Amino acid sequence: MPGITREEVAHLARLARLELTDEELDHFAGQLDDIIGAVARVSDVADQDVPPTSHPLPLTNVMRPDEVRPSLTPQQALSGAPAAAQQRFKVPQILGEEA
Amino acid sequence: MTVTDDLVSYEDALASYDPVMGLEVHVELGTATKMFCGCATTLGAEPNSQTCPTCLGLPGALPVVNAVGVESAIRIGLALNCEIAPWCRFARKNYFYPDMPKNFQTSQYDEPIAFNGYLDVQLEDGTVFRVEIERAHMEEDTGKSTHIGGAAGRIHGASHSLLDYNRAGIPLIEIVTKPITGAGERAPEVAKAYVAELRELIKALGVSEARMEMGQMRCDVNVSLRPHGREAFGTRSETKNVNSLRSVERAVRFEIQRHAAVLDGGGTIVQETRHFHEDNGSTTSGRVKEEAEDYRYFPEPDLVPVAPPREWVEQLRAELPELPRARRNRLREEWGISEHEMQSALNAGAIELITATIAAGADQAAARKWWMGELARRANEAGTELAALPVTPGQVARIAALVAEGSLNDKLARQVIEGVLAGEGGPDEVVEARGLKIVKDEGALGAAVDEAIAANPGVADKIRGGKVAAAGALVGAVMKATRGQADAARARELILERLGVQG
Repeated sequence: MPGITREEVAHLARLARLELTDEELDHFAGQLDDIIGAVARVSDVADQDVPPTSHPLPLTNVMRPDEVRPSLTPQQALSGAPAAAQQRFKVPQILGEEA
Repeated sequence: MTVTDDLVSYEDALASYDPVMGLEVHVELGTATKMFCGCATTLGAEPNSQTCPTCLGLPGALPVVNAVGVESAIRIGLALNCEIAPWCRFARKNYFYPDMPKNFQTSQYDEPIAFNGYLDVQLEDGTVFRVEIERAHMEEDTGKSTHIGGAAGRIHGASHSLLDYNRAGIPLIEIVTKPITGAGERAPEVAKAYVAELRELIKALGVSEARMEMGQMRCDVNVSLRPHGREAFGTRSETKNVNSLRSVERAVRFEIQRHAAVLDGGGTIVQETRHFHEDNGSTTSGRVKEEAEDYRYFPEPDLVPVAPPREWVEQLRAELPELPRARRNRLREEWGISEHEMQSALNAGAIELITATIAAGADQAAARKWWMGELARRANEAGTELAALPVTPGQVARIAALVAEGSLNDKLARQVIEGVLAGEGGPDEVVEARGLKIVKDEGALGAAVDEAIAANPGVADKIRGGKVAAAGALVGAVMKATRGQADAARARELILERLGVQG
């Protein structure tokens, strides 16, 4: 049966880099389980003859020609960055993984 | 960083174990624009000058796939004897890392555009080995990080990192082999030959220059060992970013020796990514895949499925160029050389350069001689690939022409090459600036000949007495006096003439 365990919520929180307290985990695990349960009711209506739908419109092969279009200027690109240096986006220390 | 690993000898490792490999190659396409937006892909542009709301992942921006990117993927798939999916989707590969501003990479998951193919590769001795292809799928490159504050730009100890997103979104095709079994002791050679053949194929298709030293083609090498006779594969290690043909061979060899040492000692191989070190050919532990890659792939809702019409696929198939192995066989016959010589030219990345040099007017023997001789030596010395040398096929053809018309001898030609590589200009400029023309002035040459005869009366007597072979010593003296710029054949003629002997 669908549903989500507390452990799965903790795992997802870690993947999403969200720091949750034990109380929050208890709280959200219950809420998420309710939400998933509600969405799962779609399965009651859609029987096996209805395939999972990722794209509601019957469109395929929407492509663009390989033609250059104007980019933002570096100043525009960096205008929303919390921090920048040397015309680059500046990000905090990256821990634990190596590029 | 781990300390140096124990290794067993390669021979002992192979005596006990059977290696299994998997190769993942990323090819950066040479399209004018990115995979999902119209930003230019020009190399060396100033930081963050080729970005837009789509490749920066700004809210509301919508991607649209590059038609040439899809076409290139299909052509690569066809050239690799793959089936082409009649319908497939893109998928989001979710991960947190600042090299992708979207926090996901647009890729393909369980519906690659091409799958189930093979590539036949030829080994040094002519043996043909078939490498099965699992899939080729479309995705996008990441941005470039610069780590600040750590030692030597490494991430460890860095206080912060700087990101340039010009490369984020450039089309990539990832080509994944099925497990390569049965290569035995030739596994390193098979791996290298496969990557070399794939590179030739990509270049022949014209979809990328596939220059490994520029990161246009990158290889991840998976290796595992199993005891002889066992069906199940062992645990694999994945060595990332092995970026030259030689390194591919060395990385496989090193991992075989390292795995064997661990297994012999009763240990188990940890599934992890490893880093390859060009300087000593070793690998070191990177990150342990403890969370078994949880990328939470799901279909990309912002890009509609790709359903290549059959007619289009068949048209692309019909228009494929002559593929490298067939072409090599044809050229080998035209040039009249052995399989081994052809293989050497392939391994050196010289075939295109030689053909281009021939097209620029050189004869095939001269074109091969310069690229596979002097230039290969210099590339080796510089630790670079032939194609990366700052000399063009046109310039090599010009040098060959100067030799053919007698303006240069081989020794002078090597000095011209040295000058061209040093950035002194084209061959004619170097000849001019360094004063390297063969001395054609009969007066000057005659004087040098007379001096050589006068200075070596004993040798001259021998020649007069019929010992024609002794003329070599006088030719040598003439060459020395003219600092190598004399026409040796003409000098010999003059010497014999002066001494009244028939050549």
